[in-house]
Amino acid sequence: MSVDHATVRKIASLARIAVTDDQVEAMVPELNNILGWIEQLGEVDTSAVQPMTAVIPNVLRLRDDVVTDGDVRDAVLKNAPQAEQGFFTVPKVIE
Amino acid sequence: MTNLTDLGIAAIRDGFKAGDFTARDVASAFNDAVAGAKALNAFIVETPEIALAAADQADKDRASGSLKPLSGVPIGMKDLFATKDVQTTAASHILEGFVPQYESTVSGKLWNAGAGMLGKLNLDQFAMGSSNETSFFGNVISPWRRNNGDTAALAPGGSSGGTSSAIAARLVPGATGTDTGGSIRQPAAFTGISGIKPTYGRCSRWGIVAFASSLDQAGPMTKDVRDAAIMLQAMAGHDPKDSTSADIPVPDFEAALTGDIRGKTIGIPKEYRMDGMPAEIEKLWADGTAMLRDAGAKIVDISLPHTKYALPAYYVIAPAEASSNLARYDGVRFGHRAKLAHGDGITEMYEKTRAEGFGHEVQRRVMIGTYVLSAGFYDAYYNRARRVRALIKRDFDQVFEAGVDAILTPATPSSAFGLGEMAEADPIQMYLNDVFTVTVNLAGLPGIAVPTGLDAKGLPMGLQLIGRPWEEADLLNVAYSLERAAGFVAKPARWW
Repeated sequence: MSVDHATVRKIASLARIAVTDDQVEAMVPELNNILGWIEQLGEVDTSAVQPMTAVIPNVLRLRDDVVTDGDVRDAVLKNAPQAEQGFFTVPKVIE
Repeated sequence: MTNLTDLGIAAIRDGFKAGDFTARDVASAFNDAVAGAKALNAFIVETPEIALAAADQADKDRASGSLKPLSGVPIGMKDLFATKDVQTTAASHILEGFVPQYESTVSGKLWNAGAGMLGKLNLDQFAMGSSNETSFFGNVISPWRRNNGDTAALAPGGSSGGTSSAIAARLVPGATGTDTGGSIRQPAAFTGISGIKPTYGRCSRWGIVAFASSLDQAGPMTKDVRDAAIMLQAMAGHDPKDSTSADIPVPDFEAALTGDIRGKTIGIPKEYRMDGMPAEIEKLWADGTAMLRDAGAKIVDISLPHTKYALPAYYVIAPAEASSNLARYDGVRFGHRAKLAHGDGITEMYEKTRAEGFGHEVQRRVMIGTYVLSAGFYDAYYNRARRVRALIKRDFDQVFEAGVDAILTPATPSSAFGLGEMAEADPIQMYLNDVFTVTVNLAGLPGIAVPTGLDAKGLPMGLQLIGRPWEEADLLNVAYSLERAAGFVAKPARWW
């Protein structure tokens, strides 16, 4: 499988990364090189195993259903590039 | 009096306890060393006042007889650990200026154990790299130079390259690293120091900037194995805030260092004998094998048949997890937001912010990860890689079931290369640096790098020991035995 210019644009759009035409041009061979190298995984017979979900067997623990955090609005907002009146602000989303 | 910055963690701890020097003396000496080593670019933020405050507390605690395990010991912190009120960037532009309002579990445990912070150490951006050339804050330079009079800047390894450079240059006695595919062990091998990646789940990942969550582990990097044992003791342990953190007791790692490995079985995997491996690495490995044999271990040849598929599997799984983890950098809640043009909406804000904020290698991995997870390719790439990962782990399980206690391999395929020397190579050449280390992350095992020799260029080379899950104590002891036999003492001469 290999990617073309349109696919690279599609991936960039899914990844929410702005790319220029020059960057797309450079990325096509770069990504194909890496994907071509990954193709060798196809040589392995994996029919007898399931995809790994946990590398070390682990049981998810439950904790008591109590509030453990909160009332830290200013700390949460402290690193926001734009915050106003206790909210994160973003460009207009709804027309 | 000895030069305090030549001392390791155990020597500082013991000398401070005995009253040979004060914690303030130690912190001041290391602060001066840090301030005088700008040429290495090992630090992103220096925090001399935090180191002094911890030292003053340690001096008070000694006076009142309430010493802690790391009282009087200043350390460096890889800039991937969130530190409250101290900028944490993951060496990226997108997190430039980010000042966490919380403390990572591992760094918090180190401070609670009495350690002080000398500063935040440079790294490859989001821990993606093997040479420290992807940091937004510039390359880290190794204190080592080739012995032929050439002054070319050498790579300290990566991603924990600020850590390895700072320890080798005696700017810190020890520091934290993180290891997703070899990011503790490869830089340790490049700079003649020790570094252990513990079993997945031994150290909490809470508060560490996430790269690939199923592979990431924190660990100590130090001048020797004893220091690694001491520092790991303080870092390890269950944390309810990380669901993959193991709720099992942490043994006394330092007490395990007897140096007695008689009767242990050490496996030598034939698949790690790569084509084109430099003769010096080959010899290093053979010498290390002989040292363990002479120490009374039984040496056996073993096979880990899926080894060659580890790197390609890693370069599906790690980018997939990274693309998901890095989705949080959206310019809304923290970090950089791009300046927008008139009429730009929220999608343009995301796209411009991430284009400006992520470096080239990070963008490449996010793109690969996005692709292998996308509809139609998920099974062919991501699920297949996870199946291969299961086979890689099974290889190790079978070897351990057959009675092998630890596995000896080279840590890296070569000694340190020069900064910029790989610039023209394709990315896969750089990825090959982790060929011996990445299997260990995929299988969740503990692995340690120990320096055991110098090559003809006068540069350090290291060996890797791989242990059974949760048996870091045993692994550290085998490493301790190897370290004693190898007697590696070389240090880079100061030029910076």
